[in-house]
Amino acid sequence: MAVVLSLALLVTEHTNLKLGGIRTTLSIFVDPIKYLVSLPNTIVEQITDSATTYRALKAENDSLREEQLIHQTRLLKFAALEKENIRLRALLENSFKLGEQVLVAELLSVNMAPYEHILVVNKGTRFGVHPQQPVLDANGVVGQVFRALPFSSEIMLITDPNHAIPVQVNRNGLLTIAVGSGQLNRLILPFLPSNADIRPGDLLITSGLGGTFPQGYPVAVVDEFTAQPNKAFATITATPKALLDRNRELMIVWSKSVPVPLIAKPENQESTSDAVK
Amino acid sequence: MPLNNYIGFFRILLTLILAMCLRITPFPTDLAFLNPDWVLLVLVYWALYLPERVGIFHAWTFGLLTDVLLGRLLGQYALAYSLIIYVCLKFHKRLRQFPLLQQGLFIFFCLLLSQLLLFFIKNLQHPAQLHASFWLPVFTGTISWPMVYGLLSFVSMFRRIK
Repeated sequence: MAVVLSLALLVTEHTNLKLGGIRTTLSIFVDPIKYLVSLPNTIVEQITDSATTYRALKAENDSLREEQLIHQTRLLKFAALEKENIRLRALLENSFKLGEQVLVAELLSVNMAPYEHILVVNKGTRFGVHPQQPVLDANGVVGQVFRALPFSSEIMLITDPNHAIPVQVNRNGLLTIAVGSGQLNRLILPFLPSNADIRPGDLLITSGLGGTFPQGYPVAVVDEFTAQPNKAFATITATPKALLDRNRELMIVWSKSVPVPLIAKPENQESTSDAVK
Repeated sequence: MPLNNYIGFFRILLTLILAMCLRITPFPTDLAFLNPDWVLLVLVYWALYLPERVGIFHAWTFGLLTDVLLGRLLGQYALAYSLIIYVCLKFHKRLRQFPLLQQGLFIFFCLLLSQLLLFFIKNLQHPAQLHASFWLPVFTGTISWPMVYGLLSFVSMFRRIK
């Protein structure tokens, strides 16, 4: 009986029938275990937080304020650039993608399978998280939401052997795909020929193709390029920008998948300007 | 005694939850490969020593919960656990008489069978290139059987579960 039942389950889920409901209900019983396991870590963190001295806090505060000032001034410039970009795109009759919304999620320190690069975070469908959402940190792309449960969600890192991300060389716009290698500090670019214009130190950014990841976020830096004269493709490896193994906080991003035209059609514009006159 | 029954059931449940906690405890990366299948070990213990309390249904349920816990395809741990618990229930009278070493050998084959099943299912999904370290938990599980045995027999001695 049990064998038949489990075989039935396996087959149904393997053939991609939706069993999300069962998983969601069961996860309500199981998720407390994840929180329980990561509890010691959280407690230690809170104790170290509350035990820091006034002076350390003050120093941290000062440095953070300084950093924020720098970022603020940089953002001023970005705002102007963004406006300019919108205007230029309007000239090309192109649409502009609206900004993204982010949610900060904290890592649960659990280990699901040692040979897979999957993290668990403490935000789930209760917060509107859904599968295939991109996940970032302050330095670059971390991965994507692989499965969203009510109280937690599983995130597949870009270095997982089963993960591939469409990227673009920032210097010249060369498009390719970066595949996870199974090592936390390495991505592989298997689909570039030996004469491709790419060299160590090149920044790879998301290309926005495929629609999962928004365009323009840093992914990795190329660190090795070896031409293979007698093979079709060169071997290229890259190091992810995001600190995949040292992060506690991650950002889950909602990018508006439908491009929103910001500037109204010319006729409308004329009519409104007439009205103003 | 119904109350005693409930206490006994609660104790079994607690050990299984503890095993599930251990299963996902974050060890340093090198040690994480060695983390054995605690849930199966605990289930096997209860199936051998309290076969009238822990049956295939429990194994199947906890297998399913483990699937959800580890984010696997639903049903693979359920299948593996219920098959192994079936074998354990079949032979529990003989196995209980075995010395620890022989029992360990049996546990080794149990763990190997479960890992083999998981491997086949994984392979059916998508041909996987797996590290040899995939098989390490089988050995560490066998090594930790005396510990599980000792702890759980202490738990069940503490107040006799009937």
